[in-house]
Amino acid sequence: MAQATVRPPKTVSLLQFEIREGVLFLLPAVVLIFGITLFPILFTFVLSFTDTPLSNPSPQNFVGVSNYLVFLRSAQFWQAIWRTLYFTVVSVGAELLLGLGIALLIHARPPGWAFLRTSLIIPWAVPTIVNGALWRWIYNADYGALNGLLYSLGLIERYRPWLTEPMRALNLVIVADIWHSVPFIALILQAALATLPLELDEAAAVDGANAWQRFWFIRLPLLRPAILVALVIRTVEAFRVFDIIYVITQGGPAFGTVTISYLTYLESFSYGRLGSGAALSFLITLFTLFMALAYVRLLYRPEVQG
Amino acid sequence: MKRWRRHLSTLLMLGLMLPVLLFIYAPIAWLVLSSISTRAELLAVPPHWIPEHPTLKNYRDILIPGTAVSEVARTFSVTLRNSFIVAGSTTLICLVTGSLAGYALARLRLPFRNALFMGILGVRMVPEISLVVPLYIIAARLALLNKPIVLIITYLSFALPFAIWMLSTFFESVPRELEDAALIDGSSRLGTLFRVVLPVAAPGIVSTALFTFLLAWDEFFFALIFTSTIAAKTVPVAIAEFTGRYAVDITAMMTGGVLAALPPVLLALVFQRYIVSGLSAGAIKG
Repeated sequence: MAQATVRPPKTVSLLQFEIREGVLFLLPAVVLIFGITLFPILFTFVLSFTDTPLSNPSPQNFVGVSNYLVFLRSAQFWQAIWRTLYFTVVSVGAELLLGLGIALLIHARPPGWAFLRTSLIIPWAVPTIVNGALWRWIYNADYGALNGLLYSLGLIERYRPWLTEPMRALNLVIVADIWHSVPFIALILQAALATLPLELDEAAAVDGANAWQRFWFIRLPLLRPAILVALVIRTVEAFRVFDIIYVITQGGPAFGTVTISYLTYLESFSYGRLGSGAALSFLITLFTLFMALAYVRLLYRPEVQG
Repeated sequence: MKRWRRHLSTLLMLGLMLPVLLFIYAPIAWLVLSSISTRAELLAVPPHWIPEHPTLKNYRDILIPGTAVSEVARTFSVTLRNSFIVAGSTTLICLVTGSLAGYALARLRLPFRNALFMGILGVRMVPEISLVVPLYIIAARLALLNKPIVLIITYLSFALPFAIWMLSTFFESVPRELEDAALIDGSSRLGTLFRVVLPVAAPGIVSTALFTFLLAWDEFFFALIFTSTIAAKTVPVAIAEFTGRYAVDITAMMTGGVLAALPPVLLALVFQRYIVSGLSAGAIKG
């Protein structure tokens, strides 16, 4: 080997060697990720300019931007966008407030705090579809537990259908989502709270700051990074909501809970228009990339090499 | 006076905890109670909250094939097996390829390292709906629809970036001196990774494996689109079918729900410590 006879400057060879190893180490993962995400995204982009049908799924006639134009002009699209935004803002907002509250409660270490923390893991670990099926059963018009409970308490005189009015159906789906997702935020924030330096808090207490002031001026600013991360993750998740809507309302009543993901699903796989489905999913991708950028900037600070 | 105030605040906190616990456990209780009730008691108005004649018949119907029940119920145990195969394989592939990539990103001096890191973080956010149409077309071409392998591969799209990110976070916290000692002793990089880094980062590996498994177990959308026969259909799809194609078979749906929820809930509870540490490592760079 050349290495044995002429020894090249050591640092250079080591670095080159490290790079070669790094490439080998990264190769399987990078190939997989490229093949199953980046390539499909590009493929989606191409498809979105065609009228490819589901029945014959290979790219067909080029139709320019007409898929996009049809949606931008359709009321259904804008209603779906509005519903998705409503769902996202209301559910994530409520989850953040409740999650922060629960995290602070756990952090205050009342008797039974460990039990509360363990309990939070259960709804978080229950599969999304089971969560949806369960709430659908609770909301059932003829036999549901919500009706049963309100009836037993004397709050309603006869059973009611809960999912027949669009806005109410959407709000009830949000309740199911809150049940599933509050634990995520609460667990993240309580872990973050546990790592906060206590000196500041104690110093402020000595200086006579009350609990509310200490929370507002000390803990909350220190918690900001954790809150932002939880917020971005949940926002992206909520914006793409599909599973629980599929199970609880199937997009109904009268398309009243059709969000942008659900519309894409209907377009692609119920109406069999893969081309316009691709246009919709590309719009979702754009939004997500925008959010992902925010996420990356929050999370990742390049370190000094070496 | 001060002690009195402390008692009061403890009481107040317990008062706040009670509704939270109620909100958590009431739906869970109803899920479990529904699964051990007879249909007659469940469909009473109002329902019998505590079944007078609790029964395990629903579980028998679903787990022992051959009884006269709907097709979904009869094939439910097959879908459970499919879910285990898919989630298990996804987890395994993620751990192997993710360890290599995560280690390279955490330790080696590479050009474009930051760009790669950010790319992986970004990919983690890409929604399934953005990928589903092309993946469907490719899978149909390659005749991979209705095979577990199509789910295993496509699940990597969200599980692998997640695993790489988490593993590299854990690898970064392994003391560099340990590795340097092994490297100086003539161990190769790969050998060092397996003999030194992985054992030290074992809790992180467990954490990553748990999260990956839970993610794959929970997945619904790809399974819905790519599978329709029991050759590959997973549990979430089976549960959705209880509500869809058949007039709601409520006891079977709730029983299936309990069975589908048991593996992830038990795993999460048993490995609770890893879940809590993983949540902070995966989401917040520690």
